[in-house]
Amino acid sequence: MSNTDAPPNGWPEKAARLSVRLFWAFARVFSILLLLVAWEVFARSGAVTTFQLPALSKVLARIWDDAVSGDLAINTVLTLYRAIVGFLIAGIGGVLIGTAMTRLKLADWFFDPLVSIGFPMPKIAFLPVIILWLGVFDVSKITMIVFDAIFPVIAATVVGIRSVERELLWSARNMGAKESEILWQIVLPAALPQIMTGLQVALPLSLIVAVVTEMLMGGYGLGGAMITASRFANSIGVFAGIVEIAVVGYVLVKAMALTRRRLLIWHQEAHDPSTA
Amino acid sequence: MKTLIRYSPLIILALAWEISSRLGLVSELALPPLSDVIRAWIALIKDGELVSNGLASIYRAAAGLGLAIVVGGLIGIAMAWFRPVNVLIAPIVEIFYPLPKSALIPVTVIWLGFGDGSKILLIFLGCMLPVTIGAFNGARAAEQHLVWSARSMGASRLRMMWDVVVPSAMPELLNGVRTALALSFILLVSSELIVAQKGFGYLIGFLGANGTYDAMYAVVLTVAFLGFAADRAYMLITRRVLAWREATA
Repeated sequence: MSNTDAPPNGWPEKAARLSVRLFWAFARVFSILLLLVAWEVFARSGAVTTFQLPALSKVLARIWDDAVSGDLAINTVLTLYRAIVGFLIAGIGGVLIGTAMTRLKLADWFFDPLVSIGFPMPKIAFLPVIILWLGVFDVSKITMIVFDAIFPVIAATVVGIRSVERELLWSARNMGAKESEILWQIVLPAALPQIMTGLQVALPLSLIVAVVTEMLMGGYGLGGAMITASRFANSIGVFAGIVEIAVVGYVLVKAMALTRRRLLIWHQEAHDPSTA
Repeated sequence: MKTLIRYSPLIILALAWEISSRLGLVSELALPPLSDVIRAWIALIKDGELVSNGLASIYRAAAGLGLAIVVGGLIGIAMAWFRPVNVLIAPIVEIFYPLPKSALIPVTVIWLGFGDGSKILLIFLGCMLPVTIGAFNGARAAEQHLVWSARSMGASRLRMMWDVVVPSAMPELLNGVRTALALSFILLVSSELIVAQKGFGYLIGFLGANGTYDAMYAVVLTVAFLGFAADRAYMLITRRVLAWREATA
């Protein structure tokens, strides 16, 4: 992708480019492979007990068993369902509140101090209160996720909308656009990069909180399965849980980054070298 | 007066809390009146419960966060500065960054037990990556001509690192630390809620299980306030540290 300036096309150049690309692809996974091999070797070396660090092969076998028995699918779907429903409510609610704060004085007066105090606050401390109010089932888990994930979205929306270039608004008004048209066609698209950044903070947060609430309230879900395994001193189950959660987290974060690239294809950042 | 108007929504919420609870609009169990919560808070301070558990929590958070800042910062700068380090470590950072760090709670318990060690390790592991990524992005963005001038003036590699790369990595690094600070509170409280014998999370769980909800609310609000205050204090320090930057900008 990087060399767009018409490279020469003879076969030696092609072969050279291919081998360079293969080398970098290998370099990218090399250290991960190294880590995995080191895990297996170290676990088998006898320096640690199976309880402290079960071998990777045993953990993978356990994940395979879970996958065959269907537990893995149930737990993953439940965790994803909670995290994504919470994330969507937080995303939509956050953008709505954020937009209202920039449009209505009253909303700004009411929400601004709440956000400036609520954003940096460790919301997870309210978990026992939420359990007290809403019980230990999905409602309280999703409420907790929304409570945690909504603040970055509100803050990003407010910053995004407030930093929309004035010239854009003036030109639109000058050409006779209605307020609603300005909101939909100018303000929100122009604020979209910031809003997406807020959402990209909110998504991993949703998953973190989903796992924590499952751990604390028990039941099904990847976090619940992990804490059950931990209670029975089943360390293979604990490590299997970590691997499963890591994969889910990785896929979600990558999907979000891809969505961003799709949605912001018109924005200049799409052409900058990516850091994600 | 201005701050009073600015924060008036909070006062309104506090009044609504007190009144709805006193009038019995909501169950006193679910929401004890604010005045009872304040009384319980004073009682907790007096018998030393809040202070001793609080100190235990703050020690864990500070130790974990301190380690994370030092190690994470060094790794990030090394990644930006030495290409082989980057090639080796970047893929590992990339796969561990999206891992919800709360998943590590049971593992740290398996490794280090129920005491301070497991919480410190958890906070260290959870907070390291945001710092590393901040330091990496910051150091990579060090202006090349600053590096060149330093080199042409005969600065040694180490000297250059300390005088040029570290200061230019500062803003992003400090931003990463802010994320880590918020994360440290989340991890601290959730790990203490799950397994602990002392600390804020333990106290919240213990009081909740006892049914003394006014005291539980008092501890929850204390933790929330500490998290907020830590963030504000950190912002003030950041502004101080970066004062040179505003002046040159």
